[in-house]
Amino acid sequence: MTANFAYGASKAFVRIDRLTKRFGDVAAVDNVSLDITKGEIFALLGSSGCGKSTLLRMLAGFETPSEGNISLEGVSVINMPPHQRPMNMMFQSYALFPHLTVTENIAFGLKRDGMPKAQINARVEEMLNMVQLKRYAKRKPHQLSGGQQQRVALARCLAKQPKLLLLDEPLGALDRKLREQTQFELVNIIKAVGVTCVLVTHDQEEAMTMADRIAVMSEGSFIQVGRPHEIYETPSSRFVADFIGKVNLFDGVLVVDEPDHCEIDTPQGRFFVGHGITGTIGMSLSVALRPEKIGLQAEAPEDISSNAFRGTVVDSGYYGSFSVYRVDLAGGQRIQVAITHTERHDELYRRGEEVWVTCRSDALVVLIN
Amino acid sequence: MSTATSLVDRLVDRWGRLMVIGTPYIFLILVFSIPFFVVLKISVSTSNDGIRFEDLSTFNDWVFSFTASFQKYRFLFTDDLYLNTYGSSLKFATINTLCCLFIGYPFAYFMARSPVSIRPVLLMLVSLPFWTSYLLRVYAWKGLLDDSGTINSLLLSFGLIDEPIKMMYTAFSLSVGMVYTYLPFMILPLYANLVKMDGRLIEAANDLGASPFRAFWLVTVPLSKNGIIAGSMLVFIPSVGEYVIPELLGGPETLMIGRVLWDEFFSNNDWSMASAVAVTMVFLILFPLALFNKYQTDGVGRGSV
Repeated sequence: MTANFAYGASKAFVRIDRLTKRFGDVAAVDNVSLDITKGEIFALLGSSGCGKSTLLRMLAGFETPSEGNISLEGVSVINMPPHQRPMNMMFQSYALFPHLTVTENIAFGLKRDGMPKAQINARVEEMLNMVQLKRYAKRKPHQLSGGQQQRVALARCLAKQPKLLLLDEPLGALDRKLREQTQFELVNIIKAVGVTCVLVTHDQEEAMTMADRIAVMSEGSFIQVGRPHEIYETPSSRFVADFIGKVNLFDGVLVVDEPDHCEIDTPQGRFFVGHGITGTIGMSLSVALRPEKIGLQAEAPEDISSNAFRGTVVDSGYYGSFSVYRVDLAGGQRIQVAITHTERHDELYRRGEEVWVTCRSDALVVLIN
Repeated sequence: MSTATSLVDRLVDRWGRLMVIGTPYIFLILVFSIPFFVVLKISVSTSNDGIRFEDLSTFNDWVFSFTASFQKYRFLFTDDLYLNTYGSSLKFATINTLCCLFIGYPFAYFMARSPVSIRPVLLMLVSLPFWTSYLLRVYAWKGLLDDSGTINSLLLSFGLIDEPIKMMYTAFSLSVGMVYTYLPFMILPLYANLVKMDGRLIEAANDLGASPFRAFWLVTVPLSKNGIIAGSMLVFIPSVGEYVIPELLGGPETLMIGRVLWDEFFSNNDWSMASAVAVTMVFLILFPLALFNKYQTDGVGRGSV
């Protein structure tokens, strides 16, 4: 498969063109192409070692690509050293200068540009107001909390009004509670400033909540590029379906293929999928079904010819707002079902209870292996 | 059995902690404080032959009397010899410290930035000279720097010079010997400091528009301040009182306090004078440095990496 699908509209702000980085024999980034539009927040998502950080470091100029090109507004930046590139990076764990105060940290980049002192002071003031750290201006980084340090790092990056903002695991160093609050703040600030942003993360929630578009990476390549809901609802491969969120996968054979629907036979029973696919009868493929799109009921539904399966509850976990049940289907496969608690009630299904598992035809996604 | 164990346990509980903390203090009191007070006492004692001293305090016929003589100190501050020697010692120690810093910093930086696999080898190379006696190594410079030494012979045989360059028994030979000897004491603390530095701080500086040189100057150097101070102290303090190197490599004009001390003790047999010289050195030079060191490191300590 070519990587050309990653090209978006023609108005590319950042264009990554067939970029490759090899360390010895291993290609950390392998022939990757991507267009990013102005003002977009773009996330590179993948597990560690997938090449996302190497790609970000090539954008910043800390790694030299083995092949390919990076251009910003149509101008190649490939031969520019990091200190001349009009992009700024917020480092993982922030890399704030420990010997400088908050003000000096934010002013660091402005001083390098030779900005007049009065202008620097005004700009630093503006940044401090933006991240609400005015009271902490004279503190050293070690006197700040993790969340405050993160805001100083952001202010330091944005002070120079970069054309491209690079974020390396922006919320990685924060604890869970702080993360949720911070990620909204961060997005609000980025959107208010209007800066184009590339962020790297291994955390799918972080990518989905913050980014306009996501590239799922594995072994140096893009597996799928799309908006968060596209990636979640219509994953293009088993890898993406499995990587993003939880999913039940059923292997089967295509038996009916019409323009408006298709049917797939699996050892668990027949699935009726509400969209057609381009395939041949008899080909083997998989059906993906998210746990939250499954229903459980005690009595058999009216139509049990498809999308209805008998099963036994194995165990369950109570998460407060929802419960996760593990169910063994009659066909032998164990699946996960998430039931949202829309009203107060006790445990709905007990261990060992016989249940019917159902789903809607538009909840299913067919993955061609 | 059980009572014996519990007794031991209780003893260990009570005394173990004290012994662990106390041992270094006892050591310091025995080999630093007591000798220093002995020297201090000698410096204010009077004597006829310079070696046997009258008691400072006497208790005769129910009369307690205490006599201390500061004559030697007065002499010390009125005679140019001593003041010049202090000045000269400080000058050579400063030159030595600066030379060690300028040679040692790049080397420590190089070591800290080398691959982890070769760092132990480089560390070993730095400490390799310690495997040979310090006296021999300093003496070996004689063979290199002498009028008929290796360097002059080579230059003569290549026809680059017509007569030997006078290098031995000058400020030059003294400085070479000192820098050579004290360089590892500068490199090791600097290395220990630089190796801990977070490389991302340099990248962050580059990213914010600082060229590699400016990033070094604005980030690496300030953050290695503690290493610079520690290395400079380790070099400067012993350099001031250095005796062997000026004795072997120095000339008549390279007076240093160590040689004056030696002369007062062994040539003039004036122990009081020698002690006064030593005590003055401690108070004039080492105490201010120790205080400076303390406040410097207190200030930077927590903020740095």
